[in-house]
Amino acid sequence: MSTARAAAILLGKELRLEFRTRELLNATVVFAIIVVVLFSFAFNPTPDESRHYGPGLLWIAFLFASSLMLHPSFAREQSNDTLDALRMAPVSSFAILLGKMLANFIFLALAEVVLVPVFAVLYNVSITGIVGRLVVVLMLGSIGIIVTGTVFSAISSHARMRELLLPLLMLPILAPLLIAAVEATSALFTTQPYLDRTWVAFLGGFDVVFLTASWLLCDFLMEE
Amino acid sequence: MKYRIAGSALAAALIIFAGYAALYIAPVDMRQGQVYRIFFFHLAAWVSTFTAFTIVFISNVAYLSTRSQRWDRLGVAAAEIGVACCSIGLITGPLWAKPIWGIWWTWDARLTTTFLMWLLYISYLMLRGLMEDPRRSATLSAVFGVFAFLDVPLVYMSNRLFPTQHPQPVFFGGPNSGVDPTMAKVVVLCMVAVLVIMIPVLVDRYRLEGMRGEVEELRQEIELRTSLPGGNGLDAQARPVKEVL
Repeated sequence: MSTARAAAILLGKELRLEFRTRELLNATVVFAIIVVVLFSFAFNPTPDESRHYGPGLLWIAFLFASSLMLHPSFAREQSNDTLDALRMAPVSSFAILLGKMLANFIFLALAEVVLVPVFAVLYNVSITGIVGRLVVVLMLGSIGIIVTGTVFSAISSHARMRELLLPLLMLPILAPLLIAAVEATSALFTTQPYLDRTWVAFLGGFDVVFLTASWLLCDFLMEE
Repeated sequence: MKYRIAGSALAAALIIFAGYAALYIAPVDMRQGQVYRIFFFHLAAWVSTFTAFTIVFISNVAYLSTRSQRWDRLGVAAAEIGVACCSIGLITGPLWAKPIWGIWWTWDARLTTTFLMWLLYISYLMLRGLMEDPRRSATLSAVFGVFAFLDVPLVYMSNRLFPTQHPQPVFFGGPNSGVDPTMAKVVVLCMVAVLVIMIPVLVDRYRLEGMRGEVEELRQEIELRTSLPGGNGLDAQARPVKEVL
């Protein structure tokens, strides 16, 4: 079976599993909204300040929410002993990883679709004219978060204290992505919004580097 | 054993002499006065940090391709030394920056990169400690090590666009760079001294990790035997401890 087809089937399985309960998605969205609201209490920003701090806050909320959301991705397989079944299936390890990455990407994208309008209302940021460009930045940033986060979810699922370990592994690695995503989003939130090509290229580069690394190293992640 | 004692004594003598040279032999700096002397060990700490983390990366890749426990041991030994040297660099830096720049810390590319590198390798060491199965711990931490190493240049690049406050490279820099010849000699001496002291520490830490692995294997063997019906774990075939070590 080709990797793409296997990944698509596994993606279907992940989506079916999640949409039976929608536990993960609900928790992620609520958590991200809580971060946004608490931030507003902690700093009480004026409209000018919220334009200045908004992008950072938005990405911090995405990062923290995904560090929670990505943990069950592999932990769920472990508690049900279904990872062995996946390993026995006649598909490549990269297909398993890719299926999970695609599913996690969809979950994060759905959370963003809910969170960004809420954020725009609460922080008085107008996003009507920049939707297309914002989607590009959000997509590139989210791919980076999901690629590294899914790999680290596979790593941390074998350790003790795995819920705590995942953010410890994931957040420092994502620091350059956070900087680039925040700068690119800030450029869009200015009075004359523009797509900052340097940072967008950086985000793309980050995604390519870590996607290639996970393709090269995925066999080690999946071995018994 | 004899050679190791002699080697350690030599390294200790070298580092003491380097400390003396940094404090008394090198001349006072024209603009910075005495404070600049901390730079001798600051630079030496960075050189050894990067050497150690490069060794970690090489061991991680070598472990993944050969699956030899030796590479894993070398990796953890070098990572601990790297974190220690990195801590020295991160402490001596602000000590110098406060009187010269007037601030302890600034978020410039080099400072941020090394700070994040320090965090990444602490995560690497923590990850190793939290996994039971030694083989799996070695494999997964090697994968994490490769990711961490790939991340370092990206952190540097992402910070480079901010204006930098860290001094430009003094050696091989521009036409106005370069130092007094005595100072240059002391700089080289300090770097060599710190790198030399890394070797016995690395060797000892590597051996310690090997012994730890053996103890773990023996412990598992005892558990296995006591769990067998009729076995008390202390019967025949018990090898003398010396042979194992």
